[in-house]
Amino acid sequence: MRDIFTMALIYATLRSATPLIITAIGGLISERSGIINIALEGKMLIGAFTAVVVSYYTGNPWFGVLGAIVAGGLMALIHGIVSIKYKANQVVSGTAINILAGGLTVFLLQIIFGVAGTSPQVAKLPSWGRFHPLVYFAILLVFLTHYVIYYTPWGLRLRAVGEHPSAADTVGINVIRMRYIAVVISGMLAGLAGAALSIGGLNVFVKGMTTGRGFIALAAMIFGKWTPIGALGASLLFGFADALQMRLQGIGIPS
Amino acid sequence: MQPILSMEGITKRFPGVIANDGVNFDLRAGEIHALVGENGAGKSTLMNILFGLYQPDEGRIVYKGEELTIDEPNQAIKLGIGMVHQHFKLVPPLTVTENIVLGSEPKSGLKFDRKKALKDVEALSEKYGLLVDPNAKIENISVGMQQRVEILKTLYRGADIIILDEPTAVLTPQEVKELFDILKGLTKQGKSIIFITHKLGEVMEITNRATVMRRGKTIGTVETSETSPTHLAEMMVGRQVLLRVEKEEAKPGKPVLRVDGLSANDDRGLLSVNHVSFEIREGEILGIAGVEGNGQSELLEVLTGLRKPVSGEVYLNEKKITGLTAKEIKNHQVGYVPEDRHKRGLVLDFSVSENTILGIHSRKPFAKGVNLDYKAINNHADHLIEKFDVRTPNNQVHVRNLSGGNQQKIIIARELDTDPVLFIASQPTRGVDIGAIEFIHRQIVDARDNGKAVLLVSAELQEVMSLSDRIAVIYEGEIVDILEAKDATEDKLGLLMAGIKK
Repeated sequence: MRDIFTMALIYATLRSATPLIITAIGGLISERSGIINIALEGKMLIGAFTAVVVSYYTGNPWFGVLGAIVAGGLMALIHGIVSIKYKANQVVSGTAINILAGGLTVFLLQIIFGVAGTSPQVAKLPSWGRFHPLVYFAILLVFLTHYVIYYTPWGLRLRAVGEHPSAADTVGINVIRMRYIAVVISGMLAGLAGAALSIGGLNVFVKGMTTGRGFIALAAMIFGKWTPIGALGASLLFGFADALQMRLQGIGIPS
Repeated sequence: MQPILSMEGITKRFPGVIANDGVNFDLRAGEIHALVGENGAGKSTLMNILFGLYQPDEGRIVYKGEELTIDEPNQAIKLGIGMVHQHFKLVPPLTVTENIVLGSEPKSGLKFDRKKALKDVEALSEKYGLLVDPNAKIENISVGMQQRVEILKTLYRGADIIILDEPTAVLTPQEVKELFDILKGLTKQGKSIIFITHKLGEVMEITNRATVMRRGKTIGTVETSETSPTHLAEMMVGRQVLLRVEKEEAKPGKPVLRVDGLSANDDRGLLSVNHVSFEIREGEILGIAGVEGNGQSELLEVLTGLRKPVSGEVYLNEKKITGLTAKEIKNHQVGYVPEDRHKRGLVLDFSVSENTILGIHSRKPFAKGVNLDYKAINNHADHLIEKFDVRTPNNQVHVRNLSGGNQQKIIIARELDTDPVLFIASQPTRGVDIGAIEFIHRQIVDARDNGKAVLLVSAELQEVMSLSDRIAVIYEGEIVDILEAKDATEDKLGLLMAGIKK
């Protein structure tokens, strides 16, 4: 047992939880505005891929991070236009984006790098102490979001828009604009989480590398009752399970 | 006196209809002005134009001496026009204060200044005598309180004109009195109030003037002190209307329905009908009075087989019918007019004809073997259309296209035509025009006179009082008391409806 429960396990938990935390916070902002964001998975994948491509061409992983944020935001904008402007079913739109992301990344992997499964190695984010920078950012993000949602007028409006849009509308809040902003922020965060996965933890993109983390983040957000602190706790729990299974594999217990 | 607002020659066309046809309306500073008319008369359209939700095709709006166009609600709010919608626009998990300041929150830096918001709300609440608990969450306060919050919301935004859309529909009589006191207080402080309603008693009690609309046109504006409910009703409908229900003394016979210690849960599994006992005799109308949501719906659902009771028994002509299915109960000759005609009473996209046999479709002569006999069904429909004066072009029209009153007549026709021994009517005149109300009331009284036992549930206290022979008051699932109708006054019932028993 002493081999399993070490400080290393705690560090691994944090690393595993980072993409979940960032994505869950993104999902939370979107759902608080009244838009179900089941497309987090796809946005994460696109983010992971874009981060690698940009890092590959520029040699600078920070540009990769920026690229991932922009790509995630753009995907979210599609989701926003389809579900806010054209009032399409949010689950259908989200599912479509997930499928699109899965196909598009594999296709572009072939076009850009001429490979089928794994991209070439690229420059990854530096380590600040024990972790890559996005781990610290994730924790910061939780408390920042908590502050914004509960202590600023913008947060109050966001909550009102999600709970009772016509109430918000009658007091002059632009519901449509709030929703676009929230959805795009959620996409940007999911894209960033993808970058944490591809150039934070690793230095390559692997086909389908998010392996359902977008959905786990969604579950973490719901488990955390749509609150940032709750989402953090749930993400850490899921991250711990992930770290533990890797650990157990490492000491020879078969998965 | 110079009007603070005048709307002149307002015309608004929608495809196929003229919702407002040269409407004139003016409001004096410090008055309470009723806007009355039947459903579809154009009241809402006119107010939506004033609130900037619609643009008029013709006409002008002069406000505080200036001609202007109002493009959107935000602008109306800035001009000092506030609206309290019939369905409140409040966010349930937020506090009273948060709801009031929402959209124009006080800030310190980037932060929402909760202390200042609280202070502002408290000051406002005191100034206008609208007492609220600023820290309570909306979901935990009564409907009457929520309405105060709505009024405070308009005042916080600096409203000089407050539009109230059917504000008393959801209140107990005591809450109505409190609201009226509040409104009078507001006018003393110079606010002007537009009061949309169809309750003529309230028009007479609280307003200074009344503007009556009918079919998109203004019929006229009268000083309340110089008019009468009968006169207003006539203006609304365009013909003489009988406002009082005329009925003879009841001649009750043997008991038909006996409910004994009945309890039932609501959808959340909470006890909502609590050990209820009563009986109804032949030739008698028992009315149930109570603020909505005190177990009336669940009680009727148990009686009609839509909900299983937790305990207690129901007897119909001394036969136990507890827990039978809806169909079995129907076959025991129970007629039921459900509270929500769109959800339970009709299939909106079926024809009038098909709707007249819902629930009895498997009986002769409508069913021949496994088939429906459309000839018999259509004949039956034509017969009911004539007998119950349903205004429809023919029996093939989808009921969705008929007015609320005509939809309700179809249900009442269907349920009464089966000659029930027990007739249950829930909210029989909700959303129904005055003319049709008169007709429906007549039908209910006639059913009684034909020896049926009638159970009436209505949120309209006046309706319960004028139709019933006995009145049971329900509060939090319990029958607080059962009174003879002749002993029941509005005050007495109001106290009982609030759960206060002397």
